[in-house]
Amino acid sequence: MQQAAGEAVCTVRGLVKTYPAARGGRGTPGTPAVRASDGIDLDILRGEIFGLLGPNGAGKSTLVRQLTGLLRPDEGSVELLGHDLVRHPDRAARLIGYLGQESTALDELTVALAAETTGRLRGLGLREARAERDAVIEELGLGPIAGRPLKKLSGGQRRLACFAAVLVGERPVLVLDEPTTGMDPVARRAVWAAVDRRRAEHGATVLLVTHNVIEAETVLDRVAVLEQGRIIACDTPAGLKELVGDEVRVELVWRDEPPLHVPEVAALRDAATATGRRWSLRLAPAEARAAVAAVTGGPAFAALDDFTLATPSLEDVYLALGGRTEGLVKA
Amino acid sequence: MSAVSAEAAPGRTRAGGRSRPRPDGASAAPLAPRARLLPSLAAVYRAQLSRARVARIPLLFVATFQSVGIMIMMRGVVDGGDDARFVVAGSSVLVVAFVALNLLAQYFGQLRASGGLDHYATLPVPPAAVVLGAAAAYASFTVPGTAVTAVVGSLLFKLPLGHLWIIAAVVPLAGAALAGLGAALGLLAPRQELATLCGQLGMSAALLLGVLPTTHMPTLVLWARDLLPSTYGVEAMARTFDARPDWAAVAADLGVCAAVGVVSLAAATWAYRRAAVR
Repeated sequence: MQQAAGEAVCTVRGLVKTYPAARGGRGTPGTPAVRASDGIDLDILRGEIFGLLGPNGAGKSTLVRQLTGLLRPDEGSVELLGHDLVRHPDRAARLIGYLGQESTALDELTVALAAETTGRLRGLGLREARAERDAVIEELGLGPIAGRPLKKLSGGQRRLACFAAVLVGERPVLVLDEPTTGMDPVARRAVWAAVDRRRAEHGATVLLVTHNVIEAETVLDRVAVLEQGRIIACDTPAGLKELVGDEVRVELVWRDEPPLHVPEVAALRDAATATGRRWSLRLAPAEARAAVAAVTGGPAFAALDDFTLATPSLEDVYLALGGRTEGLVKA
Repeated sequence: MSAVSAEAAPGRTRAGGRSRPRPDGASAAPLAPRARLLPSLAAVYRAQLSRARVARIPLLFVATFQSVGIMIMMRGVVDGGDDARFVVAGSSVLVVAFVALNLLAQYFGQLRASGGLDHYATLPVPPAAVVLGAAAAYASFTVPGTAVTAVVGSLLFKLPLGHLWIIAAVVPLAGAALAGLGAALGLLAPRQELATLCGQLGMSAALLLGVLPTTHMPTLVLWARDLLPSTYGVEAMARTFDARPDWAAVAADLGVCAAVGVVSLAAATWAYRRAAVR
């Protein structure tokens, strides 16, 4: 059953959540009150992979916890598939498959038992749970490690096993909090293939939390950029990139000290963000060509270790929107 | 169905009529069924038992050796008779206290501190199934240690083995009381370390107040002893070493265990609900 695109599955309006100020204890300073969600409006459409992008502490997890019924918002509304989740947080569990960041509840179980038990707790009968467990283990290529406890697996394998547990017992909405952390490329591909299959076959909607820029660009249909509890932009990755126009990113890595005695290099210095030996610049294409010509010829080239030219990434968008860059991952 | 108003779209009625139509008239999506209490309890029980098998066998050995060691030590102090019964019964119930009270308090404390409760809280599982399943698994896990301790103790102090079947009642009932207490402590303690501390203290109390002869205890300590649910398990078991046990008293003692078990498991379920959704 293919549903018409454009229909909102999840509607969030005016969501506010403030963590109260913490008193300082011995040796630990107190923290002021934090508005972790500061008036968030959001529409997630049926069948899309919607991303929340932002550095650590931007409020991604707080937002997700309110959407999954784990945290009660101070103000605002969350409607998921026609259900008011602020009034009925318990219904979230019957609509959403949630992959959190922690695996402690499953750590000492084998991969197979973790998947089966989760399925049973999602309301499946024993026979159904076992059949779905076997299918998911096969689908994700977990067969060889199905009998091993999660604790004994590598971080990426453990993450994949937890993802398998999320898929046992079908749900129309999947909420995945940094699902591919620590995974190798094979496991990542398995995850995105499994997600795509559920979108194609059941029209599943996916909310993905990530701080990985590359992943956000490749898998997301739309992305909301979070900064200090607010959504500072929300569009398709391509649409967001248009915000920074046709600027080009130039990265220069110097062998040692930058050759500031070269006038062209000295002129670039003000536009560059320096991190150690690396200079990062956002330039118009003509400027970028001139800059590359300047540093790849003449005396500057002797001081140059490496350089790259790239079209803008979501990270550039994030910077252009005034975000802090720390915490975003480019791998 | 009368509880659903007229503008509700057809084809979507659920028992109880709790899903309301959206203001714009579109119907809400169907909810997946909840997990029912008994099947999910069974699933949690099975998972917890397998966890315990993987991670807790060394601790069960520790618990058993501790109890056997205490009995050997007490042999120098106690010379048979009434006191010996309490040493054997107290040491046997101590295994239950070690696993059900101490380890379960640690487990729930750790699960809560690490965010592991989110896993259960985002599944449509009744809170009671999670608490009872874990408590039951931890209590069952004490059976071999309790049995070994009881048999070794009876041989050591030359007590009759005839009524040792009583541990089949003592373990589940004292287990329910102590596991409920352990789970509640683990879920209510504001910090993980406090949960561990409370579990340890509870076990120490069960050890001292259960094993030591009551004849020399000050009144205040006797009161504390009466407050501890494990005491009634110890009393019940100690009575069965008589040639003709007072079964009514045994049943009364076990009844106290059962009642405390019901109350403490209910408290633990409440604590779980409170800890899972903040």
